[in-house]
Amino acid sequence: MLAYLVRRLAYSVFVLWGAVTIVFVVLRVVPGDPALVILGPDADRAQVAQLRHSMGLDQSLPVQYGHYLLDVAQLHFGTSVRLGGDAMGQILLRLPATAELALAAVVFAVTVGIGLGVAAAARPNSWLDRLISVFTLVIQSTPTFWAGLVLLLVFARQLRVLPSEGAHGWQNVVLPAVTLGLGFLAMVTRLTRSGLLEISHEPYLSTVRAKGLSERVVIFPHAMRNALIPVVTVIGLYLGSVLGGTVVIETVFSWPGAGRLIADSISYRDYNVVQAGVILIAALFVVVNLVVDLLYGLIDPRVRLGGDR
Amino acid sequence: MTATLDAPRVRLRTKGKPGGVRIVGSLAVVCCYALCAVFGPMLFRFDPVAVDTRNRLLAPMSHTSAGDLVLFGTDQVGQDLLAKMMQGARVSMTIGISALLLSGLIGLVFGVLAGYFGGPLDSLLMRLADIQLAFPGILLAILIAAVLGPSVTNVIVVLSVSGWVTFARVVRGQVLATKRREYVDATRTLGARHWHIVRTCILPACRAPFLVIAALHIGDVILAEAALSFLGLGTPVTTPSWGTTIASGRDLLGTAWWISALPGIGLAVLVVAFGVLGDALRDRFDPKLAGR
Repeated sequence: MLAYLVRRLAYSVFVLWGAVTIVFVVLRVVPGDPALVILGPDADRAQVAQLRHSMGLDQSLPVQYGHYLLDVAQLHFGTSVRLGGDAMGQILLRLPATAELALAAVVFAVTVGIGLGVAAAARPNSWLDRLISVFTLVIQSTPTFWAGLVLLLVFARQLRVLPSEGAHGWQNVVLPAVTLGLGFLAMVTRLTRSGLLEISHEPYLSTVRAKGLSERVVIFPHAMRNALIPVVTVIGLYLGSVLGGTVVIETVFSWPGAGRLIADSISYRDYNVVQAGVILIAALFVVVNLVVDLLYGLIDPRVRLGGDR
Repeated sequence: MTATLDAPRVRLRTKGKPGGVRIVGSLAVVCCYALCAVFGPMLFRFDPVAVDTRNRLLAPMSHTSAGDLVLFGTDQVGQDLLAKMMQGARVSMTIGISALLLSGLIGLVFGVLAGYFGGPLDSLLMRLADIQLAFPGILLAILIAAVLGPSVTNVIVVLSVSGWVTFARVVRGQVLATKRREYVDATRTLGARHWHIVRTCILPACRAPFLVIAALHIGDVILAEAALSFLGLGTPVTTPSWGTTIASGRDLLGTAWWISALPGIGLAVLVVAFGVLGDALRDRFDPKLAGR
């Protein structure tokens, strides 16, 4: 178990290094001249040269890359051109709001998704099952920001039961969290349903039924424990999409989180903040996946022995 | 008696290959969209810079000052929303198909290289895939698009670069499963070169899973394009995609819901059709892929 842990940890560090390098390549190599990108096309030459020097762009690429890695390791991402202050500091300041939103979205998606999945699997091919599968297909095919706009229109403008934007109190989190969780909800529903159906004929469940226990007891403690394994993996994988989705959803609902800060910084060409935000989200995602992988061993002891991947 | 009554239904269910109705139905929807995208803008002229202030924000099914019926209403500068949506179908579908082909090609090449040759090249390409997956959702696309700036070509490049991983992984898996089969060994023993083996043995085996992933992926590409456009990172205003149109109606939700709502419904129906198509193709060709 310890060897597996060390190997898994080393791999996470490697992936993180790769992600940081991709950001470097995108920001420094692809566009040509970041100084020109920041100053815009009408900047005069002296200005550009000065900014290039202060950003270290007049040095060779490997030297720049070395400096960049050192800076990232110390969490130095430069200052925010727009807001002033440390770029990473600005992101971290907004992170709690994003975490609150993401957590609410995941809780919503997992509880409702498992409920719908169980309901669908209880009577396969019934009208309820079909209705649920159409519902998941439709929400997976809808652009999330558009779903957000429709929810705003219905619940905030027409019915006036929920506020449309801002972040004061639980009412404000409902609409953005539901919107952000929709795609995930569809995924959890599908996986719960297929997971339950796959194991519904396992001999150990027949034993449980033969003991005369009710179908509820069969499903909840006994079948769910195994059916949940794919769901847990997907929570890890999907949490990344949820974090990525915050950039769009926070913009729709004017939610004061890190995602909206990234979106705003893009339009103000405040690339230090964008870079800090993207790297932080990628790092969070890598950590979450690591945790999920380790949790996996706890839920399914079979994984623990076959640690070799 | 009941048995004979039930018999036709049972036979209908098991007759032929699975997914036939769904494949035909969803392809029909996709074809309708393709026809609208190709011929719609020819029939209903759309001028991205035209302004008609007298006919601003007309509701669906109303008449313009010239007496023409506007089926889907008009937007904030008085343009016919239906014409704009058909133009948008052209832009969105062009981007979707181009990005799909490009990412599919990258994924196919990388997947075949990794799976067929194995060794260090395989490790390198698959580690690259792992690293790229460290960027959640469309975040990498957002980052690249922010640097490149909004244009149709850039959106295609961005979505291709961020979409190749699934193709590469699936193709690699298929290549690994195929390359140790007896008929491949036989071909090799007969003296065939690598290129010949790849062309005649490996690629045909990859066709079915590739098609399935392509049908499932194109919906994601179209959704991603819409999200990028919504953030102002997608297509410019002069070539409005569905995403751009939805975003432009955002501030007018209370007064003119149709500007955002109708293109969203149009987009969702197309993506549902692609989703149904992908699921049906998977059921028919490759049940093992379920859950991807």
